[in-house]
Amino acid sequence: MPASSAALAAGSMVAALLALPGTARAEDITPPDVLVKSVTLEVVDIVRNDRDIQAGDRRKVIALVETKVVPHFNFAAMTASAAGNHWGKATQEQKTRLTEEFRTLMVRTYASSIAAYKDQKFDFRPLRARPADTDVTINVRVLQAGAAAVKIDYEMEKTARGWKVWDVRVADISLTANYRTEFANVVRDSGIDGLIRTLEAKNRSTERPAAAIAAEKKNDPPRR
Amino acid sequence: MTATTRTDSALRARALLAAFALALASGCATTNGDPRDPLEGFNRSMYAFNETFDEAIGKPVATAYKTALPDPVLGWVRNFFANLADVFIGVNNLLQGKVGDGLTDWARFAFNTTVGLVGINDVASEMGLEKHNEDFGQTFGRWGAADGAYLVWPFFGPSTVRDTGGGILDLYVDPVRRHTPQDPRTFAVLLRATGQRADLLDASRILEEAALDKYVFQRDAYLQRRRGLIYDGNPPRDPSSRRPEAPRAEDAPGTVAAPPHARRRIADRVFEEPAVHPVPPERAGVVYESRTPANYEAVLAAARREQQ
Repeated sequence: MPASSAALAAGSMVAALLALPGTARAEDITPPDVLVKSVTLEVVDIVRNDRDIQAGDRRKVIALVETKVVPHFNFAAMTASAAGNHWGKATQEQKTRLTEEFRTLMVRTYASSIAAYKDQKFDFRPLRARPADTDVTINVRVLQAGAAAVKIDYEMEKTARGWKVWDVRVADISLTANYRTEFANVVRDSGIDGLIRTLEAKNRSTERPAAAIAAEKKNDPPRR
Repeated sequence: MTATTRTDSALRARALLAAFALALASGCATTNGDPRDPLEGFNRSMYAFNETFDEAIGKPVATAYKTALPDPVLGWVRNFFANLADVFIGVNNLLQGKVGDGLTDWARFAFNTTVGLVGINDVASEMGLEKHNEDFGQTFGRWGAADGAYLVWPFFGPSTVRDTGGGILDLYVDPVRRHTPQDPRTFAVLLRATGQRADLLDASRILEEAALDKYVFQRDAYLQRRRGLIYDGNPPRDPSSRRPEAPRAEDAPGTVAAPPHARRRIADRVFEEPAVHPVPPERAGVVYESRTPANYEAVLAAARREQQ
């Protein structure tokens, strides 16, 4: 029944418009599995069809990640998880700065990985959770010929502003857990401020001028 | 002359031992004291060697290979070697008691070798027969063998004591090494290695960008990955990977207050996390404490009553 589903869609749009910002009701929140699927497919579709991105325009990939992906992540929670025991010892200002630097690093890493997508297929696993759950894991599998599927798991929590990702596991490697030892080593040697400085330096070093990007583009052949 | 030879070899052995001990001792000075990595100094020097080799030969050769050959050809090479590997992937699945998966692997081999033209086309995947990732290290892990110390080998890269044992067996039964006549064998082994390195070019570039200390990043990723593989993607939750009490206030004002891991559900039963579980400060971050829910006994007793 296309007519009735269109009416339903229009109805829910009106409902969404009527809902005051910040007071979204539970039923207006996009379910986590739907969110992961729609964002993934949208982003991959853009990456595959955008000529600039295919030609290696890094700034455009980062802009894409910032607008489409970043709003669904809780970076403070990710940073807290990576910082482990040390998070509790940080001051409010240190937490804010640490989160900001880690966020920059994550966005860049994410941009690099999605730019590498080409002919992979996605298998979105059905979500096993109860309607009342506020903490779920969304499983996606990336399928490629000649290799076992790569699992991507999103750890998500429900907030009033929608479902937010607080950890990503790629092939069972938790991103935040993988930074935990690195963070702990730096904090032990030079404190939380040292960690902030290390992340700043890391981010500056990956922030390459356009000439360097163009040179890299030449070395990295376009994909057929 | 035998006496001299013996003295010579004894001397040489002693010198080698001394060099090894020295390498280890110098290594000890630079370790971070991670209990999973007691040989960090030795491993870091092996890692540095591998990096140098990869920069000089591995990466350039793999890049040239990927640039020179069209994608379909790269796929044929990948599929050809992946198909040969399916035989012992099946053996390992059977050794782990996963009969269905093992038979799937052999069915894959049968279809891909015939219909897929000696394996260059992965027709089995298109038929819905899923490719698996198994090796002897995973089989030993499944049988209960612990990781043992983390180890980095020249050319082979990250491993553990257990995976080294498994890797030696993998090499021993490797069909490419065993059943290829001498001349094409070297070519085949090098071609496979080049293809595998080429498939990792994107991953290694991302590692380069993401890691603060590449050695640590790679080690932790390897250990997490192996743990995931041994449990086929469903490892028991590592208590250290629990989400800490994370702040939401500054990131998301007015969010739902329920801490996500305050309660853990096991088979639909709600276990409450212990209120206090002190870890002595000197052990914090070193020992992974296993956590027993506060109401563990009560929930189990209730479950038992229900079953009767």
